[in-house]
Amino acid sequence: MNTAEIRELFPILKQEINGHPLIYLDSAATSQKPASVIDAVKRYYEWDNANVHRGVHTLGSRATDAYEGAREKVAKFINASSEQEIIFTRGTTTALNIVASSYARSVLQEGDEIVITPMEHHANLIPWQQAAKATGAVLKYIPLQPDGSISLSDVEATVTDRTKIVSVVYVSNVLGVVNPVKQIAAIAHKHGAKMVVDGAQSTPHMKVDVQDLDCDFYALSGHKMCGPTGIGALYGKKALLEQMEPVEFGGEMIDHVGLYESTWKDLPWKFEGGTPIIAGAVGLGAAIDFLQQIGMDAVYKHDLHLTNYAVERMSDIEDLTIYGPLKDRAGLVTFNLGDVHPHDVATVLDAEGVAVRAGHHCCQPLMRWLEVSATARASFYLYNTEADIDRLVAALLKTKEYFGHAIG
Amino acid sequence: MQLDDLYRRVIMDHYKNPRNRGKFDADEAVTIDLNNPTCGDKISLQMKVEDGMVSDAKFIGEGCSISLSSASMMTDAVKGKTLEEALDMAEKFSGLMKGEAVEFEYEDIEALSGVNKFPARIKCATLAWNALRKGIEHTKQNG
Repeated sequence: MNTAEIRELFPILKQEINGHPLIYLDSAATSQKPASVIDAVKRYYEWDNANVHRGVHTLGSRATDAYEGAREKVAKFINASSEQEIIFTRGTTTALNIVASSYARSVLQEGDEIVITPMEHHANLIPWQQAAKATGAVLKYIPLQPDGSISLSDVEATVTDRTKIVSVVYVSNVLGVVNPVKQIAAIAHKHGAKMVVDGAQSTPHMKVDVQDLDCDFYALSGHKMCGPTGIGALYGKKALLEQMEPVEFGGEMIDHVGLYESTWKDLPWKFEGGTPIIAGAVGLGAAIDFLQQIGMDAVYKHDLHLTNYAVERMSDIEDLTIYGPLKDRAGLVTFNLGDVHPHDVATVLDAEGVAVRAGHHCCQPLMRWLEVSATARASFYLYNTEADIDRLVAALLKTKEYFGHAIG
Repeated sequence: MQLDDLYRRVIMDHYKNPRNRGKFDADEAVTIDLNNPTCGDKISLQMKVEDGMVSDAKFIGEGCSISLSSASMMTDAVKGKTLEEALDMAEKFSGLMKGEAVEFEYEDIEALSGVNKFPARIKCATLAWNALRKGIEHTKQNG
């Protein structure tokens, strides 16, 4: 993978921040967009803009083809068996909410169990809290190992015949840990439960095969994988999606409408009420083309290499704590620097042109488990280089010096 | 972007040696717990109010140097002030965050003027002052 060439494709990286070349290390929050994605969205609005599935005119056909073409690309990208299994959503959060509101609430009864982990992003935690409250189901947590990983024997011990749903993040946005979702799915299925995967952090960084994982639902966000914001997708096994009721009712998702009764369109459109995010879907399609040209195996290898390099370099900084397992983590390093609050770290790094995230990363229960109120996080993607990490390390040393001086 | 605008010596001194850090017994004071849900900063502010005057104030909290030094300065500054004077001060602080030239009787607060050049950090600086406003509101409503 030629990172220098790839960097050239991202216009945003060619700027200075506070007098320094931008080092963008916040891709886990949102990735940057290559020119091909930006151009695809622009071209759609300039040439093809029309509503989908309605107009019989040329633009209407072009817009529909572009939108449905993007769905086909998503289906192939994660190896769904049919594009009918791909529902366009605003992102991972909306996708998980559809599962929790439609599927889960229709099957859950009092005393049933929903199993998740303490490392879930709020998007894969609060919908289940709400589903449990609404149905009387019990929310259970697979405990974490001291390094933040999950042991399959703990999964075996937590999932029971009362479990109806197991919902786990594939790659943690704080710990970077890659969860064994294929094995967890097998355990869930042994007990008759359905497996939901939050793929927000995995889809951008690794090859995903939903059929191989044998998950029942899989959620992803476009903006974390070089696509636009406001677009994502829910994959669901066709048989399950067919038995589910829509969560949004209105235009576009209907088949026949009577005064008192109506029927719904076929999959996947029954879940896509209203005018969809057409340009977003077009942009996501372009992002998938872009990633596939590079190859997801190459992206994974690159991100893993950078993460290992970052862990190695950052481990040399005195007083720096890295959270989560030190090996087999994907694309990010979460840390704290001595007594310096992560907001202060992020501000000093920003002054050096280095963009990192600071805060609870929408994982408040995990922060409590780590016994911190907040952390800083550097996350990497295909446009980052070892030199970026060297700049991060230099800026962290400067932060230490600055605060040592300012506080001392 | 000058970091020294943000992290002035007086701010770091309040961060390192916070004034009024601690707790009163719950029945002695009005307690306001406030957090910043976007970043996880927390403050628990306590005010003793006697005859319409803030006679004492303490806080405990978790947060960055800006949020904790701001809480330290605020609690020091409101002591001995009437509720109206304290509210006035909170208004002035909002002005300071917008870049207005305002002066405070308790001059340390002016050191936070640099925060307005760092928009992402304004919420850190205002957390304690938002707690103060809530505390005053609560006291006025509950007599």
